[in-house]
Formats: sequence, C-alpha cells, structure tokens
Amino acid sequence: MANNILIVILVTSFATYLSRFLGVVSAEKIKETSKMFRWFNCLAYSTLAALITRIVIFPSGSLNEIDYSIRFTVVVLSIAIFFITKKNLVYPTLFSAIILSVFSSYL
Amino acid sequence: MINSKFFFKGFKSIKGVGSPAIALGASFIAIGALLKNLGFSVQESIFSTFMIYALPGSLVMAESMLIGASLVNIFLAVWLVNARLYPMTVALMPLLMHKDQPRWKYYLSCHFIAVSSWLIVKDNYELIEKENRIDFWIGIGTATWSVAIFSTVIGYIASDFLNKDILIGLAIINPIYFTCMMLGAMKTIQISLSVVFGAILGPAFYFFSPEWCILFGGFIAGTVAFLIGERNGQ
Repeated sequence: MANNILIVILVTSFATYLSRFLGVVSAEKIKETSKMFRWFNCLAYSTLAALITRIVIFPSGSLNEIDYSIRFTVVVLSIAIFFITKKNLVYPTLFSAIILSVFSSYL
Repeated sequence: MINSKFFFKGFKSIKGVGSPAIALGASFIAIGALLKNLGFSVQESIFSTFMIYALPGSLVMAESMLIGASLVNIFLAVWLVNARLYPMTVALMPLLMHKDQPRWKYYLSCHFIAVSSWLIVKDNYELIEKENRIDFWIGIGTATWSVAIFSTVIGYIASDFLNKDILIGLAIINPIYFTCMMLGAMKTIQISLSVVFGAILGPAFYFFSPEWCILFGGFIAGTVAFLIGERNGQ
C-alpha cells in the first residue's frame, strides 16, 4: 500500500502540473496586450466562478449535509460583511465558519 | 538569482486583511484529516500537498483511492478537474514574463498557481514593475504553498479532534473567501461578466454533466463575456 500511495501522489501531481506547464508553454507566445490574452483572462475568471458556485450549490463533501437555504443565507450574509468591512476578507470567512458550525450542531 | 526584496514583498501577502492564510489553512487542515483517514502517513500527506498543491486535485485523488480507481482513471479525473489551471496560467504568465528573467523561473513557479495565489497576484501585479514581477510572484507562491503544507500537517495531527460540525465550518471558508475575492476583482466589464456568467452557467451545466460543467460552463461564459467586452471597448 505504501508504494501505491506514493505512485498515486506522483500520478496526481503529474496530472496537475501538466495544465500549469502547458499554460506556460502557451503563454510564451501570447502578449499581455493581445485579444488572445483577454480571452484567456475571461476564461480563467469564468471557470473559477463556475467552480466556486458549484462548490456552494452542489457540494461534494461535508457541506452537503447543510440545507441549501442555510448555505445560501450564509453566503449572502458573508458577502454583506465583506462589503460592510471595506473588503476585509478575514471577517466574512471567520463569520461563515462559525455560523455554519453553529447551525450544523443545533439544527 | 531571485531578488529578495520583491520575493519578501510577495511573501508578506499572507499577512493583513486580504490574507488567504485562513482560507487556505482551513481547506488544507481538512485535507490533512482526510488523508490520515485514508491511511496516509504524515510524510505521505506532506509530500502530497508539496507535489500537488491544488485542492480539487487532492480531493479527487482521495475519492478515487476510496473507490479503488486505476492509475489511468485517477490521472484522467485529476487532469480534468485541474484543467482550469491551464487558462489561469495563460492569463497570468504573460504579465510576469520579462526578457531579462530566466525561463526556469516560469516553469518552476507555475507550480504555485492555485486559486488563492492567482487571485492575489492578479490583484497586485500592477504595483510591481514588470522586470521584478516574477520574483514577487515566487514570494506569493512560496507563502501560500507553505501555509498549505503546514496546515496539512496540523489537520493530520488534529484529525481526531475534528468532528463533523467543525469540518462543515472549515468547508465553507474556502468558497466564501473565493467568492469575496472574485467580487473584489470585478473591475472591468469583461471580468465582471465572466464572473457573473460563470457563476450562472457552471451550476446550470451541472444538470447535463457534473464532470464537465465547470469547463463547459466556464468556456461558454468566458467566451460570451469576452465578445461582449470587446464590442463595448472592453
């Protein structure tokens, strides 16, 4: 099993590094002022937004046990705190964790 | 070789009100606990975060091991879930490249590309002149990567104390952090539309294909946002 775990880690890291590596290869031919660059910039932001909302709406791990409406409320409140605290990232993240743990243990 | 002034300027990004340390720490603590439950030794857990440093990739690896997937299947599943790193890299590296800098820095430091480090450097690269940006980026990357490795160890050691309620609390931190960072990044029409369309289409495509929804949704959302932005002078 020990060998297996090492091989699985190496396979996973290779699969992950591949996209990063190919990204650098492509980037060497792309100027930051080009249309191509702006397109990839849009793709990167949209893919991240898709990933994040998917995690909140269709979570795979422990978040799955929390009701959709509670998750939604926590996200909206955290965003409100983010803007109220002049874009401080520490308050909304801590708030979300504490409130969700409390919801999870008492509801 | 690496300009320490700019390296440490980047490294300091883990301090302050925009710090990714809490979000990164929370997720990798959960990963550390998960890997322990999977039967990893502490060295293997450290090695895994050291080598992979991409949260969804580690999760897919863990899930695949649980169901006993073959190495080829693990490779394909991880590659698919981490394919988002490709557009992220293409959208970052041209900003950091400079003719006076050696190319190995790009190929080595691309390992640090993950959502948190990427959003930080995208938010701050304009403060640094182009010649020194790669060293600034290596500083950011080293800092976030170190937090991830350190947190994996903490999670591994603390796994017996992490009950379900705590894990749920840890699990929400990362998406909240990223959501706030993305909202803060919406400064141009193109980026704002990319974020909004991506947030709608990603989950919408989930009903057609849970595996491909992020890439398909992201591709269409980003392309439409790009076209609208170009037509309106970005």
